Amino acid sequence: MSEQETRQLKGRARLPAGGARAATLAGIGRRPGGQNRRNQLFLALLYFAVSIALLGLALILIDAIVKGSGRLSLDIIRNSPSSDGSRAGFAQPILGTLWLIGLMIVMVVPVGLGAALYLEEYADRDRWHNRLIELNVQNLAAVPAIVYGILGLAFIVRGPLGLGFILFTGSITLALLVLPMVIIASREAIRAVPPSIREGSLALGATQWQTISRQVVPAAVPGILTGVILAVSRAIGEAAPLLLLGAATFVTFNPEPFSDTGWTALPVQIFNYARRPQDAFQNAAAAGIIVMLVVLLLMNSFAIWLRNRFEQNW
Amino acid sequence: MPSLAPASPRYAEKAIKAALGLCAALSVLTTTLIVLSLFGPTLRFFGEAPIVEFFTKTRWFPTQGFFGVLPLLAGSLNVVGWALIFAIPVGLGAAIYLSEYAPRRVRKIIKPTLEVLAGVPTVAIGFFGISFVVPFLRDIWPGSFLGGPPGFFMAGGAALCIGLMIVPIISSISEDAMSAVPRGMREGAYALGASKMRVATRVVFPAALSGIVASIVLGVSRAVGETMIVLMVAGNNPKITLNPVDAIQAMTAYIGVTATGDIATGTVEYDTVFAVGALLFTITLAMNLISIRMVRKYREVYE
Repeated sequence: MSEQETRQLKGRARLPAGGARAATLAGIGRRPGGQNRRNQLFLALLYFAVSIALLGLALILIDAIVKGSGRLSLDIIRNSPSSDGSRAGFAQPILGTLWLIGLMIVMVVPVGLGAALYLEEYADRDRWHNRLIELNVQNLAAVPAIVYGILGLAFIVRGPLGLGFILFTGSITLALLVLPMVIIASREAIRAVPPSIREGSLALGATQWQTISRQVVPAAVPGILTGVILAVSRAIGEAAPLLLLGAATFVTFNPEPFSDTGWTALPVQIFNYARRPQDAFQNAAAAGIIVMLVVLLLMNSFAIWLRNRFEQNW
Repeated sequence: MPSLAPASPRYAEKAIKAALGLCAALSVLTTTLIVLSLFGPTLRFFGEAPIVEFFTKTRWFPTQGFFGVLPLLAGSLNVVGWALIFAIPVGLGAAIYLSEYAPRRVRKIIKPTLEVLAGVPTVAIGFFGISFVVPFLRDIWPGSFLGGPPGFFMAGGAALCIGLMIVPIISSISEDAMSAVPRGMREGAYALGASKMRVATRVVFPAALSGIVASIVLGVSRAVGETMIVLMVAGNNPKITLNPVDAIQAMTAYIGVTATGDIATGTVEYDTVFAVGALLFTITLAMNLISIRMVRKYREVYE
């Protein structure tokens, strides 16, 4: 390198070096008071945002407890819906929800797990149809619930399937609604099983299905179960699609899932009580909400416990 | 020479693969059925009420023959707009706090707590709206501000409830995106003497922007599609207004009120449900695709 070139380089480096030095000095030197105050104000705003969100959650719970605690006794789950608000309970709606969810689980778990296994273990991700399925699942997870209600009304209650206004149509619709959630959660659980497990099994001469059914699925069960529990807790609280499927009636006898004698579900009954102006019905609705939230809280705690208890670090 | 090909053709393995593929295909079938069930009756509806009338007339009263969807669209826009004004600052504030400021222990408590909020059924939030939010707003309303005081149904009350519902969506996805920003970028900025606030707002925030936008778009999609809250809190009064004090009717609320069990098939009224549903589905589909693309973008860059 000639001397001239070195000098040129030095000249070129002088400007950025000077800039960096000024920046460093400004940083090390005392910050102007204004900036400090601005930092504190910013942090205060962040605290405020978090508190507002937490306050909202607390108010939802406190409001339900204040209004519903007077009605909290076994009667709230033993009594039938009634036109007397002070005695109105949720017995049949709770039974209806149990039927809905039970039948839904029977349908959604095998299909969801099957789809997840196909996408993770078999599908070639470069093929266009597999990419389409993936995009499709992601989109379905965010389609509004009421659109599923329209699908159920047009296709399952009436139209091609024509099952009529029976509880089972509600189960099918809810199964379609939570299917993408189950697929996405199961896929994540399956993906977390390291490839070495599969390779070991295949190397010992197991077929692909033997590998999947005896190694991959058992290892992924906690994650899959967590996903199913979260999907179930979403389905328990879902009222909008059920309104379209005939679940708005006043039912005082135990539901039969496959006959059209009328049916209802817990969140729909809460909605029915909540829109009556009388205090007695408002309190009954609040008590129903407490029952629903307690069930959801128990299920979610179980899901978290399951995840922590069985989570494996490979 | 021994062959590496399996000794038997393994028909059962192939059958299993086909069965699993069928499960995956069912999800595509669901989308197809949604589109078919929505757009069939919608086309029939446009035979009765021209599409131009649907999108330009300003009155919605199907039983009287007025088929302008703009009041329902404005109703949804009113609620969603005010909900975002509440939810974006709160959600992003919470996300920045959790990702940049919160000590690990605090974060481990606050994050799952916010996720509980996302799991509260919307019928419970709707009840909170009619039993607490609206009465509270009526109590504290400053005189005739914005044409108030509000009645028992108001768009603003529903907006607050929906805002609360989408805060965890915005905060959780944004926080994921901010946490995915590599440490080196933060440390580089600190090395140049930037304060914590500068790092958060000038380095992390722009770097995570696509994830943040995705979270907001997904929040909008949820808000537009939410039914129970608008049905319970915002009323059933189709009206073109962006005033939060007014009672309005959102698209979802119209569907929820009209399509209950006893509606007669084959009437124009029955078909309106599908036309409004098709519009709702198209709007949310567009939002979902944008948000999926945005999330992919930040994942590609930093993960």
